[in-house]
Amino acid sequence: MAHGPAKGFTRWLYTTNHKDIGSMYLWFSFAMFFLGGMFALVIRAELFQPGLQIVEPNFFNQMTTMHGLVMVFGAVMPAFVGLANWMVPLMIGAPDMALPRMNNWSFWILPFAFAMLSSTLFMQGGAPNFGWTFYAPLSTTYAPPSVTFFIFAIHIMGASSIMGAINIIATILNMRAPGMTLMKMPLFVWTWLITAFLLIAVMPVLAGVVTMMLMDIHFGTSFFDAAGGGDPVLFQHVFWFFGHPEVYIMILPAFGIVSAIIPTFARKPLFGYASMVYATAAIAILSFVVWAHHMFTVGMPIAGELFFMWATMLISVPTGVKVFNWVATMFKGSMTFETPMLFSIAFVILFTIGGFSGLMLAIAPADFQYHDTYFVVAHFHYVLVPGAIFSITAGVYYWLPKWCGNMYNETMGKIHFWLAFIGLNVTFFPMHFSGLAGMPRRIPDYNLMFADWNMISSVGAFLFGAAQVVFLYNVIATIVSGKKATDEVWDNPEGLEWTVASPAPYHTFAEPPEVK
Amino acid sequence: MNLSWPNNPITALSVKLGLTVCGMFVFAIWIMPPLYDAFCDITGLNGKTGDKYEVVDTAVDTSRVINVQFVATNNEGMPWKFGPEIKQMSVHPGEQAMINYLASNPTGNDMVGQAIPSLVPYKAANFFHKTECFCFEQQALLAGKDAILPMMFIVDQDIPEHIKTITLSYTLFDVTDRFSKDELLSMAHDGL
Repeated sequence: MAHGPAKGFTRWLYTTNHKDIGSMYLWFSFAMFFLGGMFALVIRAELFQPGLQIVEPNFFNQMTTMHGLVMVFGAVMPAFVGLANWMVPLMIGAPDMALPRMNNWSFWILPFAFAMLSSTLFMQGGAPNFGWTFYAPLSTTYAPPSVTFFIFAIHIMGASSIMGAINIIATILNMRAPGMTLMKMPLFVWTWLITAFLLIAVMPVLAGVVTMMLMDIHFGTSFFDAAGGGDPVLFQHVFWFFGHPEVYIMILPAFGIVSAIIPTFARKPLFGYASMVYATAAIAILSFVVWAHHMFTVGMPIAGELFFMWATMLISVPTGVKVFNWVATMFKGSMTFETPMLFSIAFVILFTIGGFSGLMLAIAPADFQYHDTYFVVAHFHYVLVPGAIFSITAGVYYWLPKWCGNMYNETMGKIHFWLAFIGLNVTFFPMHFSGLAGMPRRIPDYNLMFADWNMISSVGAFLFGAAQVVFLYNVIATIVSGKKATDEVWDNPEGLEWTVASPAPYHTFAEPPEVK
Repeated sequence: MNLSWPNNPITALSVKLGLTVCGMFVFAIWIMPPLYDAFCDITGLNGKTGDKYEVVDTAVDTSRVINVQFVATNNEGMPWKFGPEIKQMSVHPGEQAMINYLASNPTGNDMVGQAIPSLVPYKAANFFHKTECFCFEQQALLAGKDAILPMMFIVDQDIPEHIKTITLSYTLFDVTDRFSKDELLSMAHDGL
């Protein structure tokens, strides 16, 4: 098995190697992270002061829409798929993914999807401007003509995610090394297995909802058009039936990453492994029966409001189990605070804050006040930025020495962490206050009373953006000129990935390892 | 592993997962919308009122009075003048009642409109029966013409005690572009 990698650019075009494809996913998501970040900075620059300064309101709406779409589908999801490509075969002792050619295809359609989506910015009428949730009839009757490109871009992203998910399930269920029983799998593998099932269940629903939009716009159907007997509220039900499991798709793999990192730096085995697995499964199952908490204000009967309120609050039980386990793992451990650990601890603290504001939003009567305010923006950025982004960052620092064979610069990693940590809190914490005071989301101009908090948020956003430039520099510097890393990298870390050389050879586990 | 289909467990699993994907897509487009309609029909949610009603019980409950209010709005861009003749009326449950809506097309174009009902409280939606209604079909009005649009209804005798007022709202949509010129002319009201 000495062959490969191939020479030249076609190596990347034709590759079926899980490590190559994983790296491409990660670099692609990194690029999308910066693109989405630039959209966010346009938003924050406009909101620095009340009044219209920099952009037209319509362009502002295009920015909020594109920021959401690019971050969700371009940055977070491909980053997790990239980590899964790299780490799942290494963690279960498999030589590669189960379906390597489909793996190549599911990556290579992504750049086309995002090229198509981004191209709408240059079209007449502009990019989609109806928010990343694209509620009908804003996205049908009142949409710019570019909406059709948006629909096909979503179709392609969906196809990519579905193929990725099928591949991951097929790999995990069929290619584990002898002795690697399900309950011996690392939690990252477990959380990705459950995430993949969520993807299989709901990405087709997303494809369905955009297909219905396409038919309403071009083929005269009336799924969401009241004039033809349809109902716009149906859109919200179908969308959030996809959308709520989708938010867990963006957080469950994060749980797996921090469950790998915290034991390493606390130098204790993970507390409550089995309960972690069951809690993950419970969260995934509950995610299918809570969707209407996004739409408490559409006019539901009291029974519906109560059901969705209680079901939503129930999710805090398995989530609480997880937070407890992470804290218990750290308790009395001999902890050190390398960059991956710093990001993981910040994850536990800040994700919990986001969880609490989620509980506040789950209270149906209170939600009528919070709905569509910056409080909601603060909530989901507190779960997504420290949740998904911080965990991905932690994972990159944790496994980068294994990937490229070189150790990153610890000082620069810590600088990155503290800039990001401070930037994030300065950006998003004040949004709780402006939201509770009544500032609506998705507006380019606002009442003078919100001016101070918005100025602080904008300063924080640019700080957070600068922190990511440090991250990019650190990653490149590590790959180009980092110090050589050992095979174990960390102090006695657990997992099969640390039994292979650093950098991980192009082909690993051609002979399955023995798992005790 | 070089097992061929269908003995290769990876292929077999992938096919199953692929079928699940197709199933969920079908579920989203062909099952969820009808399911939602049926759910709304049963519960009265979203205030949609039913189709043409056949009278089964003609007994009038004179001990109760229900106040029925009529609201009319034009959807964005609909230029017609549209509204009920009177804003509200009192009826006994079981009593056959009638209200006229007036519509006029002040523009220079022949147009087709469609009125979509919505009723609050939702709990009353299944107890408000229409025996005759202009909203069952589209209304075509030639340029400058107007029309009287009648609606006959019965409030069910079984309507819950606590409901004293029902508000029926019609929103008028412009659906001209769904019809050809010939269809429009054959549908057109004669005017007053």
